Amino acid sequence: MAKIANTSQKEQIRPPVVSVGVIGWIKANLFNGWFNSALTIVTLFFLWKTAVPFFRWAFIDSVWNTTGQVCRDAGGACWSIIASNFRFILFGFYPYDLQWRPLLAMIILFVLLFLSQNRKYWKKPLAYAWISGLFIMGLLLRGGLFGLDPVESTQWGGLPLTLLLSVFGLTAAYPLGVVLALGRQSKMRAIKTLCIVYIELIRGVPLISLLFMSSIIFPLLLPEGLTINKILRAQAAIIMFTAAYIAEVVRGGLQGMSRGQYEAAESIGLNYYQTMRLVILPQALKIVIPPTVSQLISAFKDTSLVVIIALYDLLKTTQSVLSNPEWMGFSREAYVFVAILYFLGCFSMSNYSRKLEKELSRGN
Amino acid sequence: MDTESSVTTEQTLSDEAIIEIVDMHKWFGDFHVLQGINLTVHKQERIVICGPSGSGKSTLIRCINRLEEHQRGRIVVDGIELTNNIKNIEKVRTEVGMVFQHFNLFPHLSIIENLTLGPIWVRKVPKKEAEETAMYYLEKVHIAEQARKYPGQLSGGQQQRVAIARSLCMNPKVMLFDEPTSALDPEMIKEVLDVMIELAREGMTMIVVTHEMGFAKTVADRVIFMDFGEIVEENEPHTFFDNPQHERTKLFLSQIL
Repeated sequence: MAKIANTSQKEQIRPPVVSVGVIGWIKANLFNGWFNSALTIVTLFFLWKTAVPFFRWAFIDSVWNTTGQVCRDAGGACWSIIASNFRFILFGFYPYDLQWRPLLAMIILFVLLFLSQNRKYWKKPLAYAWISGLFIMGLLLRGGLFGLDPVESTQWGGLPLTLLLSVFGLTAAYPLGVVLALGRQSKMRAIKTLCIVYIELIRGVPLISLLFMSSIIFPLLLPEGLTINKILRAQAAIIMFTAAYIAEVVRGGLQGMSRGQYEAAESIGLNYYQTMRLVILPQALKIVIPPTVSQLISAFKDTSLVVIIALYDLLKTTQSVLSNPEWMGFSREAYVFVAILYFLGCFSMSNYSRKLEKELSRGN
Repeated sequence: MDTESSVTTEQTLSDEAIIEIVDMHKWFGDFHVLQGINLTVHKQERIVICGPSGSGKSTLIRCINRLEEHQRGRIVVDGIELTNNIKNIEKVRTEVGMVFQHFNLFPHLSIIENLTLGPIWVRKVPKKEAEETAMYYLEKVHIAEQARKYPGQLSGGQQQRVAIARSLCMNPKVMLFDEPTSALDPEMIKEVLDVMIELAREGMTMIVVTHEMGFAKTVADRVIFMDFGEIVEENEPHTFFDNPQHERTKLFLSQIL
């Protein structure tokens, strides 16, 4: 006998409700079975033992705006070290009276970064804004024009230096890495070999040794009288280093592309550059957003290595505060503060990457 | 009377050759995949190529727009010989449309962007004009309402029709089809074949690699049977199907019909 489903009379069947409310949630997620219950209890115990004392130390027993001497008598955290040395930690040896200049430069940078995260603004005006923004930021830091007192780059330090090294390091390293990845895939032997040698050489040495080379060996190779700014040399080392890693990440994305995409692009007559720019890279770069951002985040943190060539970045200025006899011994508070700043930087990067991924994944 | 002229009387074929392949050979490593192909395609001619898998039929049409490189012999498309000259290759590719088995739409672009990419970047057509042309061809493949969607949101049959429209937007002189229905669910094959039949009626020069023998019977001016990298037999469809000459053709037809 034929069987035909009677669709018209079917009732709407809802999924069964298993649990409701807070109690239901706790039961379903924390105490379902004896093993998970035990795990929950152990975790709660450790939280009680660690989080609670930390909270007491950081917020209840802490002092916020006193001298170092008062701090030593207090039982909790001495946030006074941050409050009293705030401007030195942020700006290093930049002349005290002129510190509004790096502050303004940073504000401009943040505004530009904020605008750039919206893809709607990715048009010509934003490019002009960046170009003029870069010029103004450089002018503010250096001075020497329009009645601004010149400030030697040896006096730059703190957060502006960290941001300078990382923002420009990352924005320059990314396109360079993409070019290297394409070069490594090239059919032209010479270019391919060159890219492989570059990538493998750079990946084969730690960033610290590159920084040393740029600050100690490289000047020896220059003709007498010619010097290149130390910050610039460190910046170049960071760019070269990061680019090699980005290149390998991007190569992974390129290899994930099917041959069909190349063939379809070629069969409508697109040339190599058009094929790459319009068809292959938009897809390949999207696939590798998560590992790329990991790479960028780690490069951002690696900028703190410039302390070894005596650049006063954020971490180094913090350390020099700690060597001041009045504040010696409060390293916990100082490092917690610096960690928070780094965390804000890294977290906003990974947050943005998630947002970008979501936006770009529409339609697929 | 040979078969060529008997077709001409029915279909008013133009005599001008648009593709000429002379003694063409290709190897994949040591494997001799195409062994001396001779083929002349006239304007407005519809050719169906069939044959068992591995016979070299896909490779043959991929050589025509140089997705594969031949190592001996000559291929001349619309007066341009295919050599290592990259400019010539790009020129030929703009004149030759290709439809793939797996559609190969660009998943990161919307349907309309898929269609306008070539015209805008290769033919330098203004965006607005390119979009109008794109909409015209989308109407033609009965899918205009999907213009703003992305390839991933369409069914296989719809995607293949978009792929055909994408090729048409470049206003090609020849269309190559590489097993256009092989990756489709059975109920979607017809919608794609219908579009192809319409295209054939309008006088497009087509070379189609397919196993759809019904299509070959209705549309083809010539059916070519390939095996082991050679053209074994070619004939107009009635004779080809009703009275195959070669043993291998008979065997092949008996297996698929």
